[in-house]
Amino acid sequence: MLGRLTVDALPFYSWVAMGGAAVTVGGGVAVFLLITYLRAWKVLWTDWLTSVDHKKIGIMYVVLSLVMLVRGFVDALMMRAQQAVSLNSEGYLPPEHFEQIFSSHGTIMIFFVAMPFLTGLINIVVPQQIGARDVAFPFLNSVSLWLTASGAGLVLISLVVGKFSQAGWTGYPPYSGIEYSPGVGVDYWLWALITSGVGSTLAGINFIVTIFKNRCPGMTFMRMPMFTWTALCASILIAFAFPGLTVVAGQLALDRTLGFHFFTNGDGGNMMMFANLLWIWGHPEVYILILPAFGIFSEVVATFSRKRLFGYTSLVYATACIALLSFTVWLHHFFTMGSSSNVNAVFGIATMIIAVPTGVKIFDWLFTMYRGRIEFHPAMVFTIGFMVTFVIGGVTGVLLALPPADYLMHNSTFLVAHFHNMLIPGALFGYFAGMNYWFPKAFGFKLDVKWGIRSFWFWFIGFYLAFMPLYVLGFLGMSRRMEHYADPTWQPYLVVAALGALCVLCGIACIAIQLYVSAKNWGSARDITGDPWNGRTLEWATSSPPAPYNFAVLPQVGDIDAFHEMKIRGTAYQVPERYEDIVMPKNSALGPVLGVLAFVLGFAMIWYIWWLAALCLVLSLVCVGIRSFDDETDVILPAAEVARTEKARLAQITPDDLHDMRDFLPVGPASGEILPGRA
Amino acid sequence: MIETSSGRSFHRASRLLAVVLLFAAGGLLQGCGLADAPVLFPKGPIALAERNLLFTAFAVMMIVAIPAIVLTLYFAWRYRRRKNGAVYAPDWDGSWVVETVIWLVPGAIVIVLGTLVWTRTHEFDPYKALVSDKPAFRVQAVALDWKWLFIYPELGVASVNELAFPADRPLSIEITSDTVMNSLMIPALGGQIYAMAGMRSELNLLADGPGVFMGRNTMYSGDGFSDQHFKAHALDESAFADWKEKVAAAPDVLDAKAYLELHKQSVANPVSYYSSTEAKLFDIILRKYAPIMGPYESEAAELICRGAA
Amino acid sequence: MTETAMATDLLEEEEQKSLQSREFGFWVYLMTDAIIFALLFATYVVLSKNSAAGPTSKDVFDLRHTAGETALLLISSLTFGMATIAMARGLSGRVLMWLVVTALLGFAFLAMELAEFQGMIAKGAGPDVSGFLTAFFTLVGTHGLHVSFGTLGILVMIVQIPLKGLTPPVRSRLLRLGLFWHFLDIVWIGIFSVVYLPGVM
Repeated sequence: MLGRLTVDALPFYSWVAMGGAAVTVGGGVAVFLLITYLRAWKVLWTDWLTSVDHKKIGIMYVVLSLVMLVRGFVDALMMRAQQAVSLNSEGYLPPEHFEQIFSSHGTIMIFFVAMPFLTGLINIVVPQQIGARDVAFPFLNSVSLWLTASGAGLVLISLVVGKFSQAGWTGYPPYSGIEYSPGVGVDYWLWALITSGVGSTLAGINFIVTIFKNRCPGMTFMRMPMFTWTALCASILIAFAFPGLTVVAGQLALDRTLGFHFFTNGDGGNMMMFANLLWIWGHPEVYILILPAFGIFSEVVATFSRKRLFGYTSLVYATACIALLSFTVWLHHFFTMGSSSNVNAVFGIATMIIAVPTGVKIFDWLFTMYRGRIEFHPAMVFTIGFMVTFVIGGVTGVLLALPPADYLMHNSTFLVAHFHNMLIPGALFGYFAGMNYWFPKAFGFKLDVKWGIRSFWFWFIGFYLAFMPLYVLGFLGMSRRMEHYADPTWQPYLVVAALGALCVLCGIACIAIQLYVSAKNWGSARDITGDPWNGRTLEWATSSPPAPYNFAVLPQVGDIDAFHEMKIRGTAYQVPERYEDIVMPKNSALGPVLGVLAFVLGFAMIWYIWWLAALCLVLSLVCVGIRSFDDETDVILPAAEVARTEKARLAQITPDDLHDMRDFLPVGPASGEILPGRA
Repeated sequence: MIETSSGRSFHRASRLLAVVLLFAAGGLLQGCGLADAPVLFPKGPIALAERNLLFTAFAVMMIVAIPAIVLTLYFAWRYRRRKNGAVYAPDWDGSWVVETVIWLVPGAIVIVLGTLVWTRTHEFDPYKALVSDKPAFRVQAVALDWKWLFIYPELGVASVNELAFPADRPLSIEITSDTVMNSLMIPALGGQIYAMAGMRSELNLLADGPGVFMGRNTMYSGDGFSDQHFKAHALDESAFADWKEKVAAAPDVLDAKAYLELHKQSVANPVSYYSSTEAKLFDIILRKYAPIMGPYESEAAELICRGAA
Repeated sequence: MTETAMATDLLEEEEQKSLQSREFGFWVYLMTDAIIFALLFATYVVLSKNSAAGPTSKDVFDLRHTAGETALLLISSLTFGMATIAMARGLSGRVLMWLVVTALLGFAFLAMELAEFQGMIAKGAGPDVSGFLTAFFTLVGTHGLHVSFGTLGILVMIVQIPLKGLTPPVRSRLLRLGLFWHFLDIVWIGIFSVVYLPGVM
């Protein structure tokens, strides 16, 4: 009846496991009680959980990501603490726990922090940047969110019922196969990947169609804001790469559940195929995480340098190059597997070629700052911190792309330092910059600057303290994923790295304080115009937070910096001749329902509860069937109501609120025409 | 593209940076135990060449990396929003000169490094036999949970968690695994290669002279992974003769049954010696996972192939 | 009542836009599905000779059976095409008829495939025997799973058409289902020429 689920799955076997479970359950209960205390269940359900509004879905994605960031970071802190003390001793974590922790850390940070964070930001911003009222498929958007959330739910529940994977976030077989990892851990990992991966694929398709089909009049491809460009490239990468993850995870699940032989040691399996398939998804995934952050940096650096973005065309081509090349380099993740020199060399060179467009981007941002008037807003500070740090990561990346050098550094902490050096500045700093930058757009008030800057410094210094020692440890011959070690020269570095992790902890605390302080003082930091930073792109033309329909009248665009141009021409904040009815999608409970079904389906597959799995599958199909019968998914917002909303908004704006655009007015003989479009 | 004044201060800044780096590097090397770092101070020509490649590539990349970092900080300071006389050009958004330089210079560096990759990858192919006036010393390494078994076909003996070889001969290791994926590495002598069940990989190394080097599995393989390391002894002629004698006198014999016993999981296995081994043990372990199976060639083969499967 | 008329117009206009997006989105989805199949094909090619202790492809493939499956699937593509032509002419009765024929052919294909699988498993050539059989069952089974979903879709349309008539959303759905069905045909041709033909050669 319950498959292999028995009382033994409950975490009463060790203090560490019980602690983790207690925190998870306690957190869940606390949230439940808080919502009940606030009597917010109804509002939560009707306004948020069932919402198909891209802005609300985006916010929910980011909330999910921040919650999971805390969970993933606790893992990191525990690992650093363990390695700081485990010289010639077991430390405080037995191998079994240490292994679960490094496996869940990687899984959570990639799939449930970075992915939802970037999907959330894309959701909030892209439709507004392209002058659209919503994404192409609002309901599908809700399904994507809930599939991602159900994957995150599986990772969280693994702390309470059973164990998580001990096979690392890449889960290489044969170790992750049923013979060497017989428990439910790897299954938790697999089903979390499969459900959230399907969610990501759907989100990718959604954004490709949105960006292709929903751009406002005049927005040609070469007038799209950089963030939209990077979102498009990332979405295309998602659509091409994530099916690969689905395949490889599905195959490993078949191996484990039904005794198939894709990757087994014997019986005709081939473990090298796993490495290939995984990294055919995995390398593009790196760029899926980093490209949107590059887009954010592009927007931030132009806005806070008070300048047009330097080398827009160059940046577009560089982005496209990176996206294309990202599919040609996967083998560099296993140069040491014994491929021929020709193969290794070709993949090594392909990897280095990616450094060229990436370098170009850095210099384009650099020259955007050149002759600007830089304002050190937290978003900009994160950007500068990124540029400085990312270059180091790029250099070590090219070092690892040299196959003979990789033979020395592979599987070492040098490698760990390298990819954290790419992903923390390259992805996370970007998302934090984006959060500081677009927060007022989502919520209508600005984030506290002081705590933002503090969070940056803690993150920045914490990063260097935590990862520079790991580079050195790589030279000292330390492998990754070691629960304890015998070399006393390693310990000082590991202690410094642990201090770095503590520093990052302060950074996370600062972000929490920043959110708290800003929410407390929200009245004094309100964003009345919808354009707090004198922004350049269309998302700043809407109110903050935007009306459900974003734009009462779809804008007409003639420049890359569309809103900037409107402000100069004085066409911003104008009352249109007349308002029109607007068609809006209806909320739907099917999104969260499908999410719950996916969660239960995954849980049933993990524990071999076949009847439950079959039931969930049938119910999901029924849900999709029901949806296919529904031809009235839209509702009309009458023009009168739109007019009311818009009038109320414009009435609040006084001339004093508007930005001084005199600096940008064309002067001299060279500027006969006002900011020509650069299509 | 850059004002002359900024160009001059850039030079000044980079010289200062070089001095600081030099001091920092010196301090680090002495103070932090880096002088023993096997990767930085290798004990064999292969590792040395691989390290030199690392250094060369690092130096070449500094051509782009240093200006990028220094200019970022300089521009951020110079063009901060304050009345300091810095030029403000809000609509300047492109320059062919700058674009050409930022595409071509990294491009040129990649061409240089790419050439280096092509030649060096072929040169340091771990499968390539090393040129030496003496024949290579052949060793067969088998990854087990969680220890290394070394079989010496030349001597007919085997050892666990200890590798010994004559220092003056190239070391040629055939590698496989009778468990999950492992990776064999002796950092001071050179790079690593994966050990995979049913597959044979190869590593050719050479030591500068006698010495003891750390070796380990670098590929996470389960609970005993942290302790899966061994010492590699490069021995001079007499020491190697002593070692041979010691192993030949060991009471244990690695027949099929003993191998099955050894195959069981064990953490921090002590060093042990076997004075003789099952014939073609390495090949039997390889064929255990063959993608196409046939009849077993011997009773021992059947025992080993079935016993643990 | 001009206002409601305007509102209906607006809804229709929006609906048309949304249907266009759906069609484009469905092409993108098919591409992601094509990648899944491409990787399963690649897996099969890698593992096809790894028969371990089990039977080889020569022992288990029966080209006559496969020819039957192929014929059913190709004809079903043709009959779906007839349904699409009937839809273009607005003949909902004809559409229904052709869809029923297509669904029956789909069921017949699935029945043949299941019989093949069952026969193989009974002969000791199940997917858990060797790498080759694992890859075979996964590739062909994934295609079969798609065919079952397609057949399910056809059944849903057989219910929808009499209920709703050939409205624009129904037409769009049928069009996308058709794309899906023909796509599966193409994949099958791939399976026939990569799996079965070389398998018996």
